Amino acid sequence: MQMHELSYNQPDARGHFGRYGGSFVAETLKPALDELIAAYAEARSDPGFRAEFEYDLKHYVGRPSPIYHAKRWSEQLGGAQLYLKREDLNHTGAHKVNNCIGQALLARRMGKPRVIAETGAGQHGVATATVAARYGMSCVVYMGSEDIQRQAANVYRMKLLGATVVPVTSGSKTLKDALNEAMRDWVGNVSDTFYIIGTVAGPHPYPMMVRDFQAVIGTECLTQMPELAGRQPDAVIACVGGGSNAMGIFYPYLQQTGVRLIGVEAAGLGLDSGKHAAPLTANSPVGVLHGNRTYLMQDENGQITETHSISAGLDYPGVGPEHAWLKDSGRAEYVAVTDAEALQAFHDLCRHEGIIPALESSHALAYAAKIAPTLSRDKLLLINLSGRGDKDMHTVAEKSGIQF
Amino acid sequence: MSRIAATFEILRKQGRKALIPFITAGDPDPDMTLPLLRALVDSGADIIELGVPFSDPMADGPTIQRASERALRHGMSLRRVLDIVRTFRRENQATPLVLMGYANPIEAYGSTEFVADAQAAGVDGVLVVDYPPEECVEFATDLRRHQVDPIFLLAPTSTEQRCADVAALASGYIYYVSLKGVTGSGNLDFAEVGRRIPGIREKVGLPVGVGFGIRDAQSARRIAAVADAVIIGSRIIEEIENSPRAEATARVGAFLREIRAALDSKEVKS
Repeated sequence: MQMHELSYNQPDARGHFGRYGGSFVAETLKPALDELIAAYAEARSDPGFRAEFEYDLKHYVGRPSPIYHAKRWSEQLGGAQLYLKREDLNHTGAHKVNNCIGQALLARRMGKPRVIAETGAGQHGVATATVAARYGMSCVVYMGSEDIQRQAANVYRMKLLGATVVPVTSGSKTLKDALNEAMRDWVGNVSDTFYIIGTVAGPHPYPMMVRDFQAVIGTECLTQMPELAGRQPDAVIACVGGGSNAMGIFYPYLQQTGVRLIGVEAAGLGLDSGKHAAPLTANSPVGVLHGNRTYLMQDENGQITETHSISAGLDYPGVGPEHAWLKDSGRAEYVAVTDAEALQAFHDLCRHEGIIPALESSHALAYAAKIAPTLSRDKLLLINLSGRGDKDMHTVAEKSGIQF
Repeated sequence: MSRIAATFEILRKQGRKALIPFITAGDPDPDMTLPLLRALVDSGADIIELGVPFSDPMADGPTIQRASERALRHGMSLRRVLDIVRTFRRENQATPLVLMGYANPIEAYGSTEFVADAQAAGVDGVLVVDYPPEECVEFATDLRRHQVDPIFLLAPTSTEQRCADVAALASGYIYYVSLKGVTGSGNLDFAEVGRRIPGIREKVGLPVGVGFGIRDAQSARRIAAVADAVIIGSRIIEEIENSPRAEATARVGAFLREIRAALDSKEVKS
């Protein structure tokens, strides 16, 4: 773990990124969060902890993940060159595992034998179940019953790994409700339980801590891009649901002001349809959910609205507070692509490069494919291919009218 | 003196403990809220906590979440909750009302506008579950400027420092969460509650109500032996949930009278 000493110095001691972030939780959770803040601060500055983390990233996850120049697809698009950061090649098939290893090591250090997690697409649940097995911890994963339907293979995978998967039937039965349920579990079991949050949301210190663990992605790119392409990219593109893969690749690039940072949200059926999951792009009002203040999809009475995306991992009404801050500061740009555009990019990457991307990552690919033809051939786009698409076979087949 | 402080003062002189029932505004439907409030008053409520429904009630258990969902299905909103308070105040100027809910509906309404409108409607206290003291200094100060008591939670796990942070902002009373968990869970530790309350009362200088996990006359009486107020929520919501609509007010009233009688009986001493 290389923590960059940047002049960029967010968040503040209480987890605020400007007006965003913070720690909006009931008093019952406060002491647990204070304990976590202290434990993480201590671990962060302990070389022994860093060494353990780096050892498992190398030998268990298979890092560093390569960057791949997608020449054929770039040729096809006729403009900028597309470079893919291959997080899909990680053990468990997505970037989520980086963070899970960090948090599980922290849990072990804090003497907590039980870990819990929420999951949307199932990737974070699988990653948590995996590291729980690896470190001999008991594991409970909360998952919306709607998502369980969409991601049956991942549910089975978690069970194989020894985790208990608890279906959540409240509210919209998706990621946000799973998060509510995991929080409730944690409130009741704080003494022996560590809550492994999968994204850069939640109360302080989670947005900062998850970003730090995922920053390995961008840190590797800083070295790999000059080696492979002779220089840093012109733009870094990543999909944003909660935003952990995007923060992971953006963070080490924040000081490289010549590099555009582009976060791609899920426009679902279109921003005008209201059926999307793009609070930043749609300029949703700022509000408080899941322990932090951020842009939030909500109705005029402040009730959280149901979101839509073809990809379960992006189907979330809020977004990590640091993204909200980066949007306002202008350092990162946020755009959205529709279900249909993401699907097209999914198929294109399969056909032109022999890589099956996750539907989440397909959003970043779709935006790259959209702007590449408008740019000259010497421009370099670095896209975070945050996960592989095996888990999405069912969804994609269904869209093509194929039943297994 | 605020209506809440006055209520505790009268009870103290009478040597009685406060009974604070909770219901969710708009549950089972908006037309039932006023009749339920009246039934609570008639059955011995000293203060009433009125829940403002929210789509994502993270700190509540399944019972109160279901109540929120029923209320939201009927279009209940913070604006309509204030309408209900206004109507209630026309007929009752004595019973303090405390709104209990989450930050987002208040922020969507506009915090400043909400504080002014809440005072005008006759709200006496506001408890925002996901506003710990360090995130709501301005809001709590604004409430106090409008003679509305900011009510805060304290928990068995709260440190001395956190008690002090709450003491700096709170007025009215302290809501002591009697167990680790969400609303409506079990396993109330009476001994633990008994050990913590005197210290909190002294440190914060306010009456202390205890809630989460009080389900019957016996547990209410044991809590009343050490606390200044007994807060009951999920158990009342269950009564509403399990009653035919026409009988809900009567059954809630009967349940509350039982608790009231237990609190007022002199048999148990701390």
